[in-house]
Amino acid sequence: MAKSITLARLAAAGACALLLLAAAGGAAAKVEGDTVVLGAAVSLTGKYSVNGKNTKDGYDLAVKRINEMGGVKVSGKAYKLKVLYYDDESTPARGAQLAERLINQDGVKFVLGAYSSGLTKAIAPVTEKYKVPHVEGNGAARELFTEGYKYLFAVLSTSDYYLRDAVNVAAEVAKEHGRDPKTLKIAMAFENDPFSLDVRQGILEAAQKHGMKILVDDKLPPEINDMAATLTKVKAVKPDLLLVSGHEKGATLVVKQTAEMKVDVPIVGTTHCDSAKIAETLGKTAEGILCASQWDRKLSYKDKWFGSADDYAKLFEKEFNYPAPYQAAESTASVLVFADAFARAGSFESEKVRDAIAATDMMTFYGPIKFDPTGKNVAKPMVLYQVLGGDYKVVAPTKWAETKLVFPRKMPQ
Amino acid sequence: MENLRLLFAAPSLSLQLLLDGVLIGAIFALAAYGMALVWGVMGLINVAQGELVMLGGYAAYFLYRAGIHPLLGVPVAAILLFILGWALYRVVVFRVVDKDLFISILATYGLSILLQQLANGLFGANVRTAESGFGTLVLLDGAVTISEIKLVAFAAALLAGAALIVFLKRSRMGQAIRATSQNARAARVMGIDTDRVYAWTFGLNAAICGASGALVAMTWIVHPYLGLPYTVRSFMIVILAGLGNVFGVLAAALGLGVAENFAGFVLGAEYQAAFIFGLLVVILVWRRFSLARQRRYLT
Repeated sequence: MAKSITLARLAAAGACALLLLAAAGGAAAKVEGDTVVLGAAVSLTGKYSVNGKNTKDGYDLAVKRINEMGGVKVSGKAYKLKVLYYDDESTPARGAQLAERLINQDGVKFVLGAYSSGLTKAIAPVTEKYKVPHVEGNGAARELFTEGYKYLFAVLSTSDYYLRDAVNVAAEVAKEHGRDPKTLKIAMAFENDPFSLDVRQGILEAAQKHGMKILVDDKLPPEINDMAATLTKVKAVKPDLLLVSGHEKGATLVVKQTAEMKVDVPIVGTTHCDSAKIAETLGKTAEGILCASQWDRKLSYKDKWFGSADDYAKLFEKEFNYPAPYQAAESTASVLVFADAFARAGSFESEKVRDAIAATDMMTFYGPIKFDPTGKNVAKPMVLYQVLGGDYKVVAPTKWAETKLVFPRKMPQ
Repeated sequence: MENLRLLFAAPSLSLQLLLDGVLIGAIFALAAYGMALVWGVMGLINVAQGELVMLGGYAAYFLYRAGIHPLLGVPVAAILLFILGWALYRVVVFRVVDKDLFISILATYGLSILLQQLANGLFGANVRTAESGFGTLVLLDGAVTISEIKLVAFAAALLAGAALIVFLKRSRMGQAIRATSQNARAARVMGIDTDRVYAWTFGLNAAICGASGALVAMTWIVHPYLGLPYTVRSFMIVILAGLGNVFGVLAAALGLGVAENFAGFVLGAEYQAAFIFGLLVVILVWRRFSLARQRRYLT
């Protein structure tokens, strides 16, 4: 008997709590007075904490700058922006929970992306279910855009574009040296995660286009700490290109170990070398490495909020005391997309904002932004650097190239 | 198949894989020896072994950043980790020494997560490396290369192992550790402060893990999530070699290093880790059968 009373009490308490929560949810609406609230789950702890902070800093800088410039004008009234953050602890399940919370309890109607494809993949179904526009700059996996999502938009190039240009550049260089691109041989290794496998897919397509042959195609386990076995194989088959995607670990290992094991390949390309700081920490062993990047401060893009890409980078460094990584730039660009769409929609109604985002055609310091029907940005190209003289020099696309590709890569002695 | 053919076509490749395997095996041996020590003396399986390796790596990295050559960082990392190991014993580990094996596994598993996340919080998730500035030895016209740092790490690992053995055989504390390992109650009766012995043992384990971690940071890279493969490798080596058998540990570790490299070459890097885990299962099954046979002889 006593037990059933406690149970009844518990149930009553639970009901009260639910009511309270519902009331709180109702109070915090999408627009509070003259402030529009955007919501984001970002990784402030866990394995993505470094890039999570980059993402948050990028959002914060955009919000600060837009508010300084008087906010967003929507049907004659100026609104300020504000972002409500939660820490997703770098785990997809937590990210999905927090997205539910942002939408259901906090009443947020506009969501900014999390860091990484994995988190974005977990959050996108939630924003889709509630028909909430979701603009992101840090989920590059191709499969995010094959699900038919209507409310997900990405300002960055998808991951299959990361090293595609390295293959194209190699074909160009081969022609210049009087070699048929068909005779080029590729060795490659990828971490077994969605991002890197997409990078691989892009390379496969490019290689097929040029008729190149793939000799080594290894997948690195996520706990990889030694690439010696793979590189022994690479050294034995003497390829013309070595392409690696394994986040910062893969970039650091391939640079360090190709130098150590004297694996002499004319073109070595990898992702994440700017965030792994290979030129800064690995010194001359990094010389000649090709790097894929979403954005660079040296590109001649401009917009009305930040001015040039370089102005953005300077402002960012002043604000946060570290150089602006592309992860921050693409986050800032995501907020700009919302600001632009609000103004054009002339309303905060989800459907109208969604349609305005879909019709986006704008120039930002980060590059041109225009979404295809699946929601990915098709206007902005990837950038390819080569590490030369301890610095990252843009070598592709040719329109912004600072210098010509040094080929073959001179092995550091 | 293609890879196997390649291996037979060029014997120098086998030599390369063999050398790499043997050299890195010595680094595994250090961490494994620490695990055997703690397991044998205190009767607990330390799941946080890999995290101690990781912290040793960070110690060496920060010393390197402060301008100290990473090789000198090895003993310093060992000393720092000894202090940490001692502290961990005094705060957490002493509570689980005489308890059920599962409790100690749970407790040290908790420690491993804590250390991992602390490292992530304090040092960030960035991948670091301590540049040793060593070059590469080129043999057979460049067909085989040995990075000098691996040679140095190999020598340092053997040296550290030898120092540990001498310590255990000669010093008073070493004798006390061995006595406690043989029979803790008898040791207590003879006036040995077993609590202190345990603290020393755990500290020593942390110290050699630290040394091995410093070598890892020099040879490869260090990041907060480095630990688990080292814990698994240590566990495997100890299962294979048994407790209190130094040369067995060394042989098993070198064998594992070689097996790993060949597996990575032939099966592809994706199965390198899977191969280790697969091997662990095979060894456990084999161990079980051989123990069962012994039991049958006894009855």
